[in-house]
Amino acid sequence: MIAVVDYGAGNIGSVKNALDNLSQESVVTSDADIIKRANKIILPGVGAFGDAARKLSALGLDRVIVDSCRGETPLLGICLGLQLMFECSEESADTTGLGVFKGQVKRIPDERHSLKIPHIGWNSLSLAQYDGIFKDVNDGAYVYFVHSFYAEPEDASIISAYTDYGAKIPIAFSYKHIHLTQFHPEKSGETGLRILENFVNI
Amino acid sequence: MLTKRIIPCLDVDNGRVVKGINFINLVDAGDPVESAAQYYQLGADELVFLDITASSSNRNITLDMVKSVAKQIFIPFTVGGGIRTLDDIYKILDAGADKISLNSAAVNDPDLIYQAANKFGSQCVVVAIDAKRNNEADNWEVFVNGGRINKHIDVIDWANEVENLGAGEILLTSMDCDGSKNGYDIELTKKVSENAGIPIIASGGAGRKNHFLDVLERGKADAVLAASVFHFNEISIQELKKYLRENNIPVVLRD
Repeated sequence: MIAVVDYGAGNIGSVKNALDNLSQESVVTSDADIIKRANKIILPGVGAFGDAARKLSALGLDRVIVDSCRGETPLLGICLGLQLMFECSEESADTTGLGVFKGQVKRIPDERHSLKIPHIGWNSLSLAQYDGIFKDVNDGAYVYFVHSFYAEPEDASIISAYTDYGAKIPIAFSYKHIHLTQFHPEKSGETGLRILENFVNI
Repeated sequence: MLTKRIIPCLDVDNGRVVKGINFINLVDAGDPVESAAQYYQLGADELVFLDITASSSNRNITLDMVKSVAKQIFIPFTVGGGIRTLDDIYKILDAGADKISLNSAAVNDPDLIYQAANKFGSQCVVVAIDAKRNNEADNWEVFVNGGRINKHIDVIDWANEVENLGAGEILLTSMDCDGSKNGYDIELTKKVSENAGIPIIASGGAGRKNHFLDVLERGKADAVLAASVFHFNEISIQELKKYLRENNIPVVLRD
């Protein structure tokens, strides 16, 4: 059973709809016990870092996720879910993230205002890892982004893909059983569904 | 690099698409889910559903439609039309829409933009602006209520304000060009795009492929919206995208 973590941060229905489409059983839940017992965990999220971190903490789910990452349960973090896995974000100076990975979430540099922020739309993947969730995904395939911040890990070896927006920015990470995407696989058409399916099959 | 988005707009009345698409051997496209699926197959990057249902008591039908579309379409879609309160927004997002579009309600109560962005995130708040040229003042003014009431607000001032309040994108419709099929309002789009730090979706006036090129290139739009040229298959999205790519506009061309 795949647990899609519901912590009040955004449109989690899309992830469930995508999993239904892949004929994968999933439950949208904020129940710590159900999440602990799940075969796989998906941490979605849209909105603001500080607000989301507080909601996770209020539900006690911050502990659950950190503990799960220490174990072996595969976890997929999407968009804000990716950002929360790091230590902190420029978006919310007064809140800490889960700190599963060392590094900071930073604002996308907007080149003296010549770049539109948020980064919205279909941009291409520049793959650094070709297996895991990117198995059978073409280098250069397009996926859907909507974000103003990105994570800069201390350990660059966890970066599994970049994209080009002004500068080359890391937008996916993989380390052992933890996979993170800044883009929305549940909104990225066929390519996105393939990425989700790869995660489900891990 | 980030591509420019081609976004078909579907008018929906009581849960049915109002303008059909006429293809040989395909099912009648009065059903929003089928229309959406077809548009995805044809290469649309996103979709906008404009709810033109007259009576607000039939909103549940729209919500059912949103739920159905969300179950089958895996590209982003926006729902707009008559959204007035945070509760309206919550219901539509909860039903599965990725973004909502605010128009008259935002002009009449700009704080709604701020509240929505705060509660749901800027990424799902599109502010739609209908603008008409005022030749004497040499500017464009914002209209509400389906283009019927002139609020005498300068479009640049309003665009800046909505951005400050937390809008994620602006859907900019030229009332002068809408329906004309003579091209988008390039000057209007360029001025707003240059003044705004958030993405601009251009709307109003598409008739030929070069209109799209013009508004993306000279008009500096980040995305384009069109309705009848796509509904009646006057322009094929795939051919449009090939044409744009030939003219050095980055677009996603799925096989």
